[in-house]
Amino acid sequence: MELSGGEVLIEALKEEGVEYIFGYPGGAVLHIYDALYEQNSVKHILVRHEQGATHAADGYARATGKAGVVLVTSGPGATNAVTGIATAFMDSIPMVIISGQVQSRFIGSDAFQEVDCIGITRPCVKHNFLVDSLESFAETIKKAFHVATTGRPGPVVIDIPKDFTTPGIKVPFDYPKTVEMRSYTPALEGHPGQIRKAVDLILSARRPMIYSGGGVVLGDASEQLTKFSRLLNYPVTNTLMGLGAFPSTDPQFVGMLGMHGTYEANMGMHDCDVLIAIGARFDDRVTGELESFCPHAKIVHVDIDPASISKNVKVDVPIVGNVAQVLGEMIKLIEATDKRADEDDLNDWWAQMRGWQSKECLSYDQSDEVIKPQAVIEAVWRATNGDAYVTSDVGQHQMWVAQYYPFDKPRRWINSGGLGTMGFGLPAALGVQLAFPDETVVCVTGEASIQMCIQELSTCLQYGTPVKIICLNNRYMGMVRQWQEFSYEKRYSHSYMDALPDFVKLTESYGHVGMRIENPADVDKSLQEAFAMKDRLVFMDFVTDQTENVYPMIEAGKGHHEMRLKPSRELA
Amino acid sequence: MRHVIAVLLENESGALSRVAGLFSARGYNIESLTVAPTNDPTLSRITIVTSGTERVIEQIIKQLNKLVEVVRLTDLSEISCIEREIMLVKVRAVESGREEVKRLTDIFRGRILDVTDTSYVIELTGDDQKITAFLDALGPDNLLEVVRSGATGIARGEKALKV
Repeated sequence: MELSGGEVLIEALKEEGVEYIFGYPGGAVLHIYDALYEQNSVKHILVRHEQGATHAADGYARATGKAGVVLVTSGPGATNAVTGIATAFMDSIPMVIISGQVQSRFIGSDAFQEVDCIGITRPCVKHNFLVDSLESFAETIKKAFHVATTGRPGPVVIDIPKDFTTPGIKVPFDYPKTVEMRSYTPALEGHPGQIRKAVDLILSARRPMIYSGGGVVLGDASEQLTKFSRLLNYPVTNTLMGLGAFPSTDPQFVGMLGMHGTYEANMGMHDCDVLIAIGARFDDRVTGELESFCPHAKIVHVDIDPASISKNVKVDVPIVGNVAQVLGEMIKLIEATDKRADEDDLNDWWAQMRGWQSKECLSYDQSDEVIKPQAVIEAVWRATNGDAYVTSDVGQHQMWVAQYYPFDKPRRWINSGGLGTMGFGLPAALGVQLAFPDETVVCVTGEASIQMCIQELSTCLQYGTPVKIICLNNRYMGMVRQWQEFSYEKRYSHSYMDALPDFVKLTESYGHVGMRIENPADVDKSLQEAFAMKDRLVFMDFVTDQTENVYPMIEAGKGHHEMRLKPSRELA
Repeated sequence: MRHVIAVLLENESGALSRVAGLFSARGYNIESLTVAPTNDPTLSRITIVTSGTERVIEQIIKQLNKLVEVVRLTDLSEISCIEREIMLVKVRAVESGREEVKRLTDIFRGRILDVTDTSYVIELTGDDQKITAFLDALGPDNLLEVVRSGATGIARGEKALKV
């Protein structure tokens, strides 16, 4: 079979089982778009901005576990995609981004719409390729998918000069079934000796904590984590990225940890004597001040990326390997022995944990007059039976979802944890809804974040994706305002959102349904109304309490044991 | 502490910039960096001289290994190794100084490659200490131009860094 470069790409995407490609045409990719036009197997989703394409592909990838695919043109097409590529990179999301490049003979001549895409994306991709011949294109695509989806996943860019996709120039096409790269051989199986050592330490614990992260979701190890944790009956905390990997409604779950984690999870971290870190990377928002991080604990750390181990925190038993495999081996070893943590110790530890829980660190003041943002999230949880796919933007609303929408399944909670990208939520929800057309997809956002990618409302209409947008509108960049209140003596410098659009009219002009909810009594009713509109996108603009803060909180430079609780609940 | 890290990587365009970019992006120190293709033309070998705490060096090695184009690497400082650098130095050489510079060059086992009425170009090979000692001996006032290649290194014994 002889194919042009554009056709090579389409055939390769078919071979990779790609369902959707999110993109935006332009000069350097016109040949590829012409090849797309001729076929129906790979569906193209036309976004309104390249950032939207990357977030949509990212949302698709997070929800399905498959690589998200993006197609953009050279120059501004590529630079617009960079924010979304960096977002995926920080959260280890498998993505393949195909960017057009000027003709190879023009590279370096400052040609029209030329940027050094490889150079610009180098620090925020797992790997990138500049295609140097049409003959090598198919193999490069195979390598890109291989690198993106194996080991610690991540985005891979393929930059393809326009002349290699010229319709008239064809090469024999033979898509490689497998690919071998001598310089890329990710470790898959944990070292048996280390696993045994870890299990010995885990079973000798008196005050154990299981701290698991996004790696468990990415590695599809939720089942193993749940079995492992239940076998041991140890308290489980999840990172922001790990929520849903262990059922949040399970009594063994003590909530999220870190800056806005629960009091009990953070106190447990501080007081534990054995910390079992699984697919987590000791991010600064999780650890707080490193000097006072887990001062009494021996640490086991399981991760597929050796560079994550002992990067921020020195660990005692490192295990490099696939999280599911390592947990599987640990479960076998635990099941094969009668040795268990001392029952009295464990009971004392749980009693201590229940004591911390009695602080009810997530309780908030109810109100009949003004809508409390936390109450909206709890109402959304009720209205969706806790079983929706929920995307979010970045800020207070994101933390409130993490705190007040307990996820019981992995891949349901889709947010930009590492990079913290405002504008992520709506396009991500679009990607998720395309992957699961019959599921309920909710985008929780704020009036600031939503405006960063609001143009994708148009894309949602074109493809009929009935996303439910929950906008917690407090007329502030809430998290910025909160920090200014705490650290800048309430000098609210440029965090007020003045001259807001009428979101109802705006949504309607995009052809969707808009609702504005101002009264606390209307929250549940309007949610039911909105969720009943199965085939419509509904934008729900909740006018919420402007002064509400996210509690509890670990402020900069503080340790897990120095949490700031809601003022009325501050420790005596 | 000073470390000499030898890296074998795919001899592809852009591979070197990934290594250099890693050091600048993560704030690691590069004292010197040399690179050239090996006898196997598909591979380049880089020698990086860097410094940092044990933890930083561990991260440097892990992060380098994580680069998709890095095939293998070794920290030469952890084993018995030979380190060599070449320096070309142009020095002022007039009147009685001409004889003095020549004598120093002999003592350090350097070679004079070029001579004019007022200057010499000298080639010297050695490790970092020897080269620094030679520059100190020549004295800063006489140095017209100094070109150092940066260190290269190889392990002693039969064990080799190869694919």
